[in-house]
Amino acid sequence: MTRISVTVDGVDYSDEVEPRTLLVHYLREQLGKTGTVVGCDTSNCGACTVHLDGRSVKSCNVLAVQADGHDVTTIEGLAKDGELHPMQQAFHDCHALQCGYCTPGMIMQAIDVLNDTPDPSEEQIRVGLEGNLCRCTGYHNIVKAVQQAAGAGATTGSSAGTTSGSTLGGEPV
Amino acid sequence: MIPASFDYVAPTSVADALAALAEAGDDAKVLAGGQSLLPILRMRLNAPEKVIDLGRIEELKGVSEDGDHVVIGAMTTYADVLASDLVRQHAGLLTDAIAEVADPQIRHRGTVGGALVHADPAGDVGAPALALETEFVITGSGGERTVAAADFFQDLFETAVGEGELLTAIRVPKHTGWGHRYEKFVRVSHQWSIVAVAATVRVDGGTIAEARIGLTNMGSTPLRATAVEQALVGKAATDEAVREACAAAAEGTNPPSDLNGDSDYRRHLATVLARRAVLAAAGA
Ligand SMILES: Cc1cc2nc3c(=O)[nH]c(=O)nc-3n(C[C@H](O)[C@H](O)[C@H](O)COP(=O)(O)OP(=O)(O)OC[C@H]3O[C@@H](n4cnc5c(N)ncnc54)[C@H](O)[C@@H]3O)c2cc1C
Ligand code: FES
Ligand code: FES
Repeated sequence: MTRISVTVDGVDYSDEVEPRTLLVHYLREQLGKTGTVVGCDTSNCGACTVHLDGRSVKSCNVLAVQADGHDVTTIEGLAKDGELHPMQQAFHDCHALQCGYCTPGMIMQAIDVLNDTPDPSEEQIRVGLEGNLCRCTGYHNIVKAVQQAAGAGATTGSSAGTTSGSTLGGEPV
Repeated sequence: MIPASFDYVAPTSVADALAALAEAGDDAKVLAGGQSLLPILRMRLNAPEKVIDLGRIEELKGVSEDGDHVVIGAMTTYADVLASDLVRQHAGLLTDAIAEVADPQIRHRGTVGGALVHADPAGDVGAPALALETEFVITGSGGERTVAAADFFQDLFETAVGEGELLTAIRVPKHTGWGHRYEKFVRVSHQWSIVAVAATVRVDGGTIAEARIGLTNMGSTPLRATAVEQALVGKAATDEAVREACAAAAEGTNPPSDLNGDSDYRRHLATVLARRAVLAAAGA
């Protein structure tokens, strides 16, 4: 076992993990953060996307020990005081989900896209989401939601708004 | 799926990493960005006893300039290479190709060194590295040696990096002012190259003065299309002249046949993609 210290959604954790533990399993099984889901076995689907030091990663393809000393934000860390993050709100408003399975990862990656390109073209949105698969929506309303969120200025705010060492600029929206 | 159990160390210097490698011998596996290795471990295609994580070795990260070369540390992520003005300015072919690798999440973790040592023939970094005549800095207990690109890729998933050694950096000769284009052919977004062509050319008064062409997935290693390179020299950068020169793009290749296309189809693709890549690189 190896001891790791990780900040997740603004809370500091220190835990013993087996080195082979995947970050997604640490989040779900040890921290109970089941908002982040597993959708494939090949790191293709993007459902497990979280932010590691403010950049999107597929948490099924990162070891928990690699996150030692780093800052993780999951879908569960986005809402503030009962208010949805603008990207979550936009997905809700635009009907950007059906079964919802891809949604946690889709939202985390959509925020990453806006962090890189605050005012993206439709193509930049589609290319930015190429590592996230959705079997229901046909992507159309997802693209609309990202456009709405961009209009609302949702370019930052993946960080849980604590003093943790996120590399994201700006204040949480 | 979950990997088999392993011991884990995360050294903070190359010296400590080499010592850990020497101690563990062939029971150890080096972990870079993990974007190829972790899927392999999860599928239990490999089960090392020890994993040596290079992720905390700062000296292996970053892009710098050394005279006529751009030096990229092995642990520099794709994302950091994409953000590098030095690379864009002096080795734009690498920027073009890396932009086509996988997806943003994987580019945030995957490293240039990991990609090159993994040496998947369908990987997008090998062909541009070869075309740019990159030098590979390999470090072992006996010190450092530099290997030319032509000698680095040896076979399917095999490189000049030996047991107990690490790739520590690549040195890319500056191709300042050269045009560049990576033409990657896939059927769906976010796919490995069926075939891709990496082209960089120096155009002088509308004439191609020098050309370097690398091929992805046209054999067990990345390949140079030397016949095309030679045929292009002195040619006008016009569709007709480039088309003629690029007809030789598949010469000397041995592309695979699989569900995405048989080898004849790949040979044809290579000529088409080479023409497109060269014309775009030449600004025509
Ligand atoms: C869904 C998916 C899609 C992908 N699509 C593409 C694509 O379109 N194009 C493409 O090119 N790639 C693609 N990849 C692969 C990706 O580019 C990998 O990141 C890359 O091949 C490996 O780099 P890494 O840093 O993650 O290395 P790792 O996975 O950590 O290591 C790879 C291998 O190299 C060895 N190694 C790593 N660094 C060193 C070093 N410095 N010295 C010695 N040995 C070392 C490791 O022991 C291991 O054997 C994809 C991967 C996934 C999961
Ligand atoms: S579960 Fe991580 S990419 Fe599918
Ligand atoms: S909403 Fe069902 S997979 Fe995207």
